[in-house]
Amino acid sequence: MVTVVAPTSATEAAEVMRAAVSDELTVLPRGAGTKAHWGGTQSNVDIVLDTRRMHGVTAHEPGDLVATVRAGTPLRDVQAVLGLAGQRLALEAGFTEATVGGVLAAGEAGPLRLRHGSGRDLLIGVEFVRADGVVARSGGRVVKNVAGYDMGRLLCGSYGTLAVITSATFRLHPLPPARTWVSRPVGTLDEMADLVGEVMSARVSPSSVEIDLRGTSGTLAALIEGSRAGVDARAETATRQLGGGAVIGDEPAWWGRYPFAPDDVAVKLAAPVGPLGSVLGALRAAAGPGVAVRGSAGTGVLYAALPGSTSAEHLHSTLAALRSALAEAGGSCVVLAAPPSIRDEIDLWGPVPGLALMRRIKDQFDPARRLASGRFVGGI
Amino acid sequence: MVAASAPAAVDVLAARLRAELGDAAVVTEEAARRTYECDGLAHFRAVPALVVLPESAEQVQTVVRACRDEGVAWVARGSGTGLSGGALPLVDGVLIVTSRMRRIVQIDLSNGRAILEPGVVNLAVSRAVSDDGWFYAPDPSSQLVCSIGGNVAENSGGAHCVKYGFTVHHVTGLEICTSDGELVWLGAGQAAEAPGFDLVGVFVGSEGTLGIATKVAVRLLRQPEAVTTLLAAFGTVADAGAATSAVIAAGLTPAAAEIMDALAIEAAEQAVACSYPAGAGAVLIVELDGPAVEVAAEEATVRKLCDGAGAFEIRVAADSAERAEIWKGRKSAFAAVGRISPNYIVQDGVIPRTALAEVLAEIDALAAASGIRVANVFHAGDGNLHPLVLYDATVPGEYETAQRVSGAILDLCVARGGSITGEHGVGVDKADKLPRMFSGDDLETMQLVRCAFDPTGLANPGKVFPTPRLCGEPPRPRAAGDLASQSRQQAGVLAW
Ligand SMILES: Cc1cc2nc3c(=O)[nH]c(=O)nc-3n(C[C@H](O)[C@H](O)[C@H](O)COP(=O)(O)OP(=O)(O)OC[C@H]3O[C@@H](n4cnc5c(N)ncnc54)[C@H](O)[C@@H]3O)c2cc1C
Repeated sequence: MVTVVAPTSATEAAEVMRAAVSDELTVLPRGAGTKAHWGGTQSNVDIVLDTRRMHGVTAHEPGDLVATVRAGTPLRDVQAVLGLAGQRLALEAGFTEATVGGVLAAGEAGPLRLRHGSGRDLLIGVEFVRADGVVARSGGRVVKNVAGYDMGRLLCGSYGTLAVITSATFRLHPLPPARTWVSRPVGTLDEMADLVGEVMSARVSPSSVEIDLRGTSGTLAALIEGSRAGVDARAETATRQLGGGAVIGDEPAWWGRYPFAPDDVAVKLAAPVGPLGSVLGALRAAAGPGVAVRGSAGTGVLYAALPGSTSAEHLHSTLAALRSALAEAGGSCVVLAAPPSIRDEIDLWGPVPGLALMRRIKDQFDPARRLASGRFVGGI
Repeated sequence: MVAASAPAAVDVLAARLRAELGDAAVVTEEAARRTYECDGLAHFRAVPALVVLPESAEQVQTVVRACRDEGVAWVARGSGTGLSGGALPLVDGVLIVTSRMRRIVQIDLSNGRAILEPGVVNLAVSRAVSDDGWFYAPDPSSQLVCSIGGNVAENSGGAHCVKYGFTVHHVTGLEICTSDGELVWLGAGQAAEAPGFDLVGVFVGSEGTLGIATKVAVRLLRQPEAVTTLLAAFGTVADAGAATSAVIAAGLTPAAAEIMDALAIEAAEQAVACSYPAGAGAVLIVELDGPAVEVAAEEATVRKLCDGAGAFEIRVAADSAERAEIWKGRKSAFAAVGRISPNYIVQDGVIPRTALAEVLAEIDALAAASGIRVANVFHAGDGNLHPLVLYDATVPGEYETAQRVSGAILDLCVARGGSITGEHGVGVDKADKLPRMFSGDDLETMQLVRCAFDPTGLANPGKVFPTPRLCGEPPRPRAAGDLASQSRQQAGVLAW
């Protein structure tokens, strides 16, 4: 039986963890559960630690462009509060309900990652509960700070396997006065790759460069942010640079959304931008012409959707082909989610640089394998 | 003297490394070793028992393995410009110097990446790609000399990090040699991310305590289309601070926003004749960069805001020569202070930017009360203060007073929720001050990472942490008892 516990503070979350220690129970931290099906299967979960009662923006200093947010707060709610002061957290979630803690722990980042990086680049302080129930912090409330190790970075993308994030302090950015999108149809992967290089010019300086492809054709769109007059002029420049029917318009319907449905096989690729075209060519050759790809062409972090009906053998061979193309280019791919019937039969993570060190870190933080065990790389 | 009393282990090491790396790589002669006795924080000195100058990652591995076998601790050193004593040698240990590892291994502009050996000098990276219209963003003032490996270890910043971020935002992968002598690649390198924990993120800023970086993959950026540099002169530092706040409140993200106070200006004038406006109580340097259309509009806004905050003169650089002229005074500020004071302490504290005026007034009060002069140079955009505490070592008691003032400044920073170091690191200098920011549990947690990377504690021991943790011990057991059921009630158990 699984017990869901919803602490309202780090102190309470720590008590939950200490209770788990004394009763020898395993714990899965969870926010809104939007990515509960991501990662490896956790062998056995006794307690789900639901963070959603740890809610709210606890501090916002507009003059310092800094805010502290409790982990269970939906990112959407955070943006609403910051927006009132003309500011934003330059981090986007692929799911509307997603909480700050979940977005950080799953290492999610949307189109703005080209300009602002991902959660770990915006996080300046973190509070968390360790597997043994100790509450600890690192970083602080100022944007510049090199005192001590940066534990926040370690927790970003850790899938809840090291500690439960209870609160996060972020560096914020001003909301740009104007935003516009320049979109253009693309017919081939080579064309797409060339255009990505073009539009990332210093004159346009886009905040995001995204693609939405099915097979080899689809749309390339660049987000341009700045002053009204500046954005208009830069969008004109981008339209000229892209040519071929480029248009200025509003946010495309697919912008910032994953290409996969809940039952699909969800793949995340991180490829170097130079050889992006050939990597996607390899994906298409292996997975079939209908594969849907979407994401940040400007940073090479892309998401692909394969039908949930894909057999384990086919997925296995697709991954092998894709990983070999990626290895040559210097990239990687992971399976974020797959139907339970095939999830345990495939290598979700591929080669992981530094895996032995990661195991040692897990051993230090959670020797009893209490937190989200089995969910992460190498069975961590 | 040190050589005579050096433990036998070091002699064994020296012989082994001479055989494996050749005589030129191994320095045993005392006078030669003495040249490495300190880094940029010259107050701390120790002559290393042995200095080794490897030429490649494999040679680093050879040295580290030998140290592991002999149980000898080591310290990595890049260019020795660190300001927290991070590269302070151990009298019974080995100093591994990366100055012969200066190759740029690869530059791939199609992907905006370079792979560097750790000894590569910071500025060499931008120089290598500038003709093609690219640059490497982190630009510490020491960039003519300091090494990329040192930048990685300190997570160094620079004048432009208010917009572009610190070293950690620009390192995408690392090859490191761990203290057990393994060469391991961490992170993605060419791509934006790799599966697994962000080990690059924890290694950057770990001050040489988690291993030696033997290769560094960095992100390169396209040069902005336009750059504008303004210098605004104010009557007081508070006015210059208010102008900075107004710029940020207007929603601008300047590429740099730097303030110097009257004393810092005086020193810079004497050292490099930077000809800043006469009578200025403070100057604010604002640099804007980006697409030309945006920069032009932002420049107009910044001018207006500086006027509004009481600037009595505003200069705008018309070309890169004039830009260099404006920056000359700021970039030379630390060294320039040597012209107005025989000795000085460079402090590195951080405050929330909005507390600038108050904290500077408090620093003034501290200085006045102690009779010690403090020159202020700071990264106003992100609240990183570099108070230069001036003293004369030949006057009895003055060094102690300066130390007290310097420490009190950090207290002011911590009291405002700031940091004891924004970019120079903890090193030996501030290890005892880390507990002012972090609890015992916080520090113990950080040391779990240390134990994972360096269980034997041979990598730069004695730095960063006030009290080392023995890696064998499991995390402190906590009494839980009947807390179990009690906490479930308190925490609101939902049956499922
Ligand atoms: C005049 C002056 C101006 C400065 N301005 C700035 C500034 O604007 N911004 C800023 O951030 N800093 C500044 N600094 C501080 C200093 O330059 C930086 O900390 C720099 O990164 C140190 O580089 P280094 O090569 O000299 O490192 P070192 O001093 O040799 O070493 C620094 C630390 O790095 C470790 N280390 C060195 N190489 C490696 C490696 N390969 N792997 C692992 N660890 C390693 C050492 O053990 C030590 O702990 C300034 C210093 C001076 C003297």
